[in-house]
Amino acid sequence: MTSEEPAGTTGAAPDLLKPDLLKPDLLKPGRSVPGRPQPDPLVEVRDLSVAFPGGAGAFPADGGGAGGGDAGGEGPAAVQAVDRLSFSLAAGRALGIVGESGSGKSTVAAALLDLHRGTGAQVSGTVRVAGTDVRAADERELRRLRGGRAAMVFQDPLSSLDPYYAIGDQIAEVYRVHRPDVSRRAARARAVEVLERVGIADAPRRARSRPHEFSGGMRQRALLAMALACEPRLLIADEPTTALDVTVQAQILDLLHGLRAETGMGLLLVTHDLGVVAGSVDEVLVMRGGRAVEHGPVGEVLLAPRAPYTKELLAAVPRVDAQPDGRALRGTRAGRDGDGSGDGVLLEAVGLRREFGGRRHRTTAVDEVSLTVREGETVGLVGESGSGKTTLGRMLVRLLDPTAGTLRYRGRDIGTLGDRQLRPFRSELQMVFQDPVSSLNPRRSIGESVADPLRAAGDRDDARVLRRVCELLERVGLDPAWYHRYPHEFSGGQRQRVGIARALAPGPRLLVCDEPVSALDVTTQAQVVGLLGELQRELGLALVFIAHDLAVVRAVSDRVAVMRGGRIVEEGSTEEVYERPRHPYTKGLLAAVPVLDPEVSAGRRALRAVA
Amino acid sequence: MTGYALRRLGGGLLVLFLLTVAVYALFYVAPGDPAKLACGPRCNPGQIQQVRERLELDAPVLTQYLHFLQGLVAGRDFSSGTAVLHCDAPCLGLSYQNSSPVTELLADRLPVTASLALGSMVLWLLLGVGTGLLSALRRGGTTERVLTGLTLAGTATPVFITGLLLLMVFCAYLQWLPFPSYVPLSEDPEQWAWNLLLPWTALALLESAKYARLTRSSTLETLAEDHIRTFRAYGVRERSVVTRHALRGALPPVIALTALDLGTMFGGAMLTEELFGLPGIGQLLVHSVRVVDLPVVVGVVLGTGAAVIVANVVADVLHALADRRVALT
Amino acid sequence: MTSPQADAALPPHEVTPARKGTVWRRLRQRPAAVLSAAVLIVLVLLALGAPLLAALEGQDPTTYHDDLIDSARGGVPLGSYGGISADHWLGVEPGTGRDMFARLLYGARVSLLIALGATAVQVLIGVVVGLAAGLGNRLADQVLSRFTEVLTALPMLVIAISLTAIVPADFPRPLLLVLVIGLLSWFGTSRIVRARTLALKKLDHVAAARLGGAGPLRVARRELLPSLAAPVITYAAVLVPGNIVVEASLSFLGIGVRPPTASWGQMLSTATTWFRADPVYVLLPAGFLLVTVLAFTVLGDVVRTALDPRERSRLRIGTRAGRKEKPPKKEKHDVREKREKEAVV
Repeated sequence: MTSEEPAGTTGAAPDLLKPDLLKPDLLKPGRSVPGRPQPDPLVEVRDLSVAFPGGAGAFPADGGGAGGGDAGGEGPAAVQAVDRLSFSLAAGRALGIVGESGSGKSTVAAALLDLHRGTGAQVSGTVRVAGTDVRAADERELRRLRGGRAAMVFQDPLSSLDPYYAIGDQIAEVYRVHRPDVSRRAARARAVEVLERVGIADAPRRARSRPHEFSGGMRQRALLAMALACEPRLLIADEPTTALDVTVQAQILDLLHGLRAETGMGLLLVTHDLGVVAGSVDEVLVMRGGRAVEHGPVGEVLLAPRAPYTKELLAAVPRVDAQPDGRALRGTRAGRDGDGSGDGVLLEAVGLRREFGGRRHRTTAVDEVSLTVREGETVGLVGESGSGKTTLGRMLVRLLDPTAGTLRYRGRDIGTLGDRQLRPFRSELQMVFQDPVSSLNPRRSIGESVADPLRAAGDRDDARVLRRVCELLERVGLDPAWYHRYPHEFSGGQRQRVGIARALAPGPRLLVCDEPVSALDVTTQAQVVGLLGELQRELGLALVFIAHDLAVVRAVSDRVAVMRGGRIVEEGSTEEVYERPRHPYTKGLLAAVPVLDPEVSAGRRALRAVA
Repeated sequence: MTGYALRRLGGGLLVLFLLTVAVYALFYVAPGDPAKLACGPRCNPGQIQQVRERLELDAPVLTQYLHFLQGLVAGRDFSSGTAVLHCDAPCLGLSYQNSSPVTELLADRLPVTASLALGSMVLWLLLGVGTGLLSALRRGGTTERVLTGLTLAGTATPVFITGLLLLMVFCAYLQWLPFPSYVPLSEDPEQWAWNLLLPWTALALLESAKYARLTRSSTLETLAEDHIRTFRAYGVRERSVVTRHALRGALPPVIALTALDLGTMFGGAMLTEELFGLPGIGQLLVHSVRVVDLPVVVGVVLGTGAAVIVANVVADVLHALADRRVALT
Repeated sequence: MTSPQADAALPPHEVTPARKGTVWRRLRQRPAAVLSAAVLIVLVLLALGAPLLAALEGQDPTTYHDDLIDSARGGVPLGSYGGISADHWLGVEPGTGRDMFARLLYGARVSLLIALGATAVQVLIGVVVGLAAGLGNRLADQVLSRFTEVLTALPMLVIAISLTAIVPADFPRPLLLVLVIGLLSWFGTSRIVRARTLALKKLDHVAAARLGGAGPLRVARRELLPSLAAPVITYAAVLVPGNIVVEASLSFLGIGVRPPTASWGQMLSTATTWFRADPVYVLLPAGFLLVTVLAFTVLGDVVRTALDPRERSRLRIGTRAGRKEKPPKKEKHDVREKREKEAVV
């Protein structure tokens, strides 16, 4: 997926902000004219329960995070994904359903179009969408609703389109399903029209492209175009921006906003990201374990939450716009200052470069990057997908060999050392990996995994190794009694703790954390970040914290480097970079980050529209 | 796309070249004495020496191989004492048995093998893809379990057993069909088809099991993909979801596999030809192996290898045409 | 501190790989597995005890019985059903009058011996080459992969047959067959091992082990080999029935073990001239061959699903009718991998 939107696909949103202001009644029909009968709500859900029998999966998109919404295994235990949920959505309004993985939010979205029909899921309760009793409707009626009056947009835009057909043809096909009397030619013209509407440049030509020829953001636009084709009254968007980079996410959200304003359609937005919700909906429903925890206007829920869970959730969200409150990894500068020396350089990369591929398809992942890490400090490395941050991180610990450049650890050039000569340094440079699933050997118990580096270092005293492992497990917040358990018995956050314990085992001085929390839910994220901070203070570790999430990086870093296309475009103290960004790319990134305050969010949108 | 096809073709040619090296080394250089084989069992040392000279077996190996290559590209002459036998390009040598050019022998046999391969292909595609699709759509039902059982039996049964059973039932017991003997298509199309019906069926039963499995699994895989969910969520009828989208996704591997299998089969369906007494390339090989007619054996191996390599290239290109994403990698 | 499983259940595809006890339990629960294993055990016992059983019958596989065949009708066995009698439990061979029971049992020895031997060769070479390609540097991988590709392009049966033409006559035939079948089709194994090794190498736990100071050998032993065992065993189980068919095919074409050694394929080859007059002579070896191949195929499938519950039974064994399972996600792959094994035509 490319990190940038091709020029020309943007810019559709700006002038559409105005109709928003011109048609306030359309957007707020809740305040209906007195005397007129209250119209039917667009969506009405009463006592909806969905259970998946053992073995059958939850609705596919529900597994967005580290843990899915499904128990798996061979037992017949049913999973209650949604438990007696009720809500309604008035025509033209927007509702955000928020929750962590396994909360059942995607299952609700799927239930609105009864996509559970025929999958073995047990559904009960009533669902009315645009005047149709969805659960009672026959196949014909249901087909008419799906795509016609209520259209859905999915999380992964690549796999959501048929790879074998041109995008325009796919839109035309759907259009003709709902308008059988329309000719093929007219349907194709309609496809071009909606593609133009969602900001695809050169739409007549691009309509003939297949999905793989589109970038991630363009695919999501194409899906939106498909949704728009039949002028639905309700748009259901299931994590529509989760797979996208932050700048592209902002573009898509702006587009969504503009479309709503223009067409007056209702929106049901399912997401795990509270920031996404802030600028895009009128009301928020917070879900947990299949139930509604809190439901109210977006401003109230986000700024003055009542439910403890919502408060907890909001407290866990790192803020990109707020001064860090010292809760994270930043207690270490004091230690460094106490050293007296302003120097204390631990690791220094100069002109580091890494290329991949053979002669024909050579790509440069990291391009002449220089970076310094001092003792005990945290360096944040931010960038969108494909910026080369992971490659750089792996080179810093010598998991990857640099193609060119020098890498000095405490003054010693380690960039060109062979495996054997590198051994003594291995223990001091460790890494915490992104994926809590693949980073632990599924066939070894977690204790053994942590013990491995100790044994590899030559410690043959089993009792001592065991004692050390138990200490480490305890230190990262795991019960030492779990030594003999296997990774699959743990949640994502716990597995990440095991990974941290393993990285600590050899006694490192520098820890490179590659997206350590991006696969985790927001509350777990906060806990893991907190743990890293404690460990850093205790052990005087230097950290390189790699992440795509600008807010997390701000919360943890002393200094920040922003990467793009294999280069560092801006580097400085966290405060400098976040408060007074110099590079336009950094400015763009920061402007694109969703914020929690709906009003601020609206202001930012207006700013983006002008820019 | 053209670039991709050319790259694959180049790769194919390279493999073909390596194949000639390997085959030449294996059959002419390694063990045994080709002169003795060519001369026959009752030759005296003097005659063997004559043959050796005629076949240039005294020349350095590299020279021999280059001449062999030259024969392939431009043709070559063999002097047999007094007469000179010319062998047109692509020359694979002369048969030890009757001195006729191997290329000619192969060309004579090709129509039989082609009739067998193409005819059964039609049958196995109809049978296999149909069965696979049906069992994918009736997933979890009795139909599927029955079809799976049949498929299993089909894969596990060697073609000569199927063939023998067919012969027993239709030729010996019911006497509906004649014992197959090859009638050229150009002579009598009806007899051609009638005689080939049993061999076609025997081959098709074996092959269609494989295709049924492939079609079933790739249809199911496609049905599980996210874009199928998209079209369901947009009110597209289940029937068109399956035919337009699921089947479309399931076809590229079937097409590619068909090309590969045809290639292999053009090298002779030895068992089938041997069982039904069809004078195809496979039978030629089996016969030549029995009498150790090396040039013919080498010719068939190279010819078959070439067919398979071409089939590989064709399969790749067809696959890429059917699924444009492939060419990008 | 939270307990395992507390904050989120795991998606189904992260089910643990099976450990020994579980595998046995799963295998025992499948009637098909028990049945096919029983069939194979009986078959192996029959093959091992062939001399004993033949002696029990009072016959041997090579003695001609001219008095039991009707020379007037070209050598069809006297008596009904191919001459089944108290002396000859499964009748006699048309044309020669040799005892069928003894020949079939001795045939089982040939079949199993050659098929298992060839499988061992295939797995051995496949694992070594696959590991070398997967673990070695780029150049080694390129060379080995190209080499494999060239060999894969060759039609296996054609080469196997051709090779038998140039091997000296005094070379022991069963060994030759083992080598020919084994050496000509180890690519499937090597491809699987290579692909798995490459995939495993990319996993973070392997990187973590390297960072932990583990040398290449330690990484291979701890992180790679345990995960490779299951696919290799699985694939080997699939190879055996294929090899049985190849051996029978070579014998059918007259290039298998030399007469008078009995083999099923060779009997079937003779049977092509006898199917009108003596159907039993077709059905007996065909039945033995089919049952063996089927039993191995079924067992292979069951082992596959037992070793890794993520794999679905290709033969739909033990999947209750009506139970919907989640089909796998599609991956981009080479058609040649779909091909499993070249059909022997």
